[in-house]
Amino acid sequence: MGELKVIGGGGEVAVTTRLSDLLQWARKWSLFQYPFVTACCGMEFMATAAPRYDIARFGAEAPRFSPRQSDVLWIVGTISQRQGPVVRRIWEQMADPKWVIAFGTCASCGGFYDNYATIPGVDKVIPVDVYIPGCPPRPEAVLDALMLLQDKIQANDRKPIIVPPRLVPERAPGRTGEGHS
Amino acid sequence: MTQAVVDRLKAQFEERVLETSDAFGDHELVIAVTDWVEVAQFMKDDGDLQMDHFIDLTAIDYPERESARFDVVLMLRSSVTGARIRMRTYVKDGEEPGTLSEVWSGANWAEREIWDMFGIKFKDHPDLRRILLYEEFVGHPLRKDYPIDKAQPLVPYREVDDTDKLPPFGIEEGQPFARIDWESRLAGSDNQVSPAIGVQQGQRRTLSDSEAAQQIQARIAERMAKDE
Repeated sequence: MGELKVIGGGGEVAVTTRLSDLLQWARKWSLFQYPFVTACCGMEFMATAAPRYDIARFGAEAPRFSPRQSDVLWIVGTISQRQGPVVRRIWEQMADPKWVIAFGTCASCGGFYDNYATIPGVDKVIPVDVYIPGCPPRPEAVLDALMLLQDKIQANDRKPIIVPPRLVPERAPGRTGEGHS
Repeated sequence: MTQAVVDRLKAQFEERVLETSDAFGDHELVIAVTDWVEVAQFMKDDGDLQMDHFIDLTAIDYPERESARFDVVLMLRSSVTGARIRMRTYVKDGEEPGTLSEVWSGANWAEREIWDMFGIKFKDHPDLRRILLYEEFVGHPLRKDYPIDKAQPLVPYREVDDTDKLPPFGIEEGQPFARIDWESRLAGSDNQVSPAIGVQQGQRRTLSDSEAAQQIQARIAERMAKDE
């Protein structure tokens, strides 16, 4: 959250902040997700959602089965040309504010599918906020992406970003000084 | 065991079995396209053969062949005798072999796939629509003269100028091999087709014609001279 001012003392304390900051803070910790899973990256997505990596720590554990109720669209896997209109329609149905994460190489740029059948990156059809490289990416990379998205939401930053590699494995990039590439 | 199948068919159809071949016990026979359905029906109904398991039906494109452009290949198995057999026919471009979907209903979708990918029509097929691609698609992508990079998007690609979210990848970076630029791919105006045709038309060099191949050859010659 932005700047917090603590007023008063003793038994009664009030905290002030800007309303927009408070809203962004609430949004980033309650991301309802719509997983659009088409390929093998879905396995890593399941691993991320499962207890070991536990996406619930970030308030993003609730999948919605209607795009109208969701905030984050996960494009997990290869998108074929035939699926293009479907993805576009789902994205259009989501209510603002909405975010899109391209999960894995195929969703980001088409991967090794360089042919008549595959859309070379879902950003050719819908705007993407966070790109996760990897074939498939590890759950840590997925959690890094989620944390980057949270930072972007808090800062109201609409510029797309690629999840950077971790230099120090146990430290997420962009969180601390060291470990950030 | 499959030799018996070949013998049985030769006895029944005589010179209408055009060719037979045998690779490591897998027998193949070539049938004229006009006899295609009749022979298939016989293979299924005959008491000795009982080819009741339709494995697959596929096609191969030989654009350089003048007599008939396509091979249509049928793979069969008998669950009674365990015999396997492969049947092949040569199909000219525009020629229509009869449908096998009346014989094995599994052939229905296989023939739709062949129509989708190669553009071979099957006479009297009950429902010959595209099965994998969309109706708006023009052409048949597994024909070797289909441009290798031609995409036909259903949704027009996003204009990045009028949005606040720019893709972080450059226009070539998004492509795994960065072979061709987007505009010409979408327009289909680039001449690059499959490697086989590219070599034939002189657009590409063969691998043995490349500089790398010459260097390897030189290295081998050098080593042999040293050994002597």
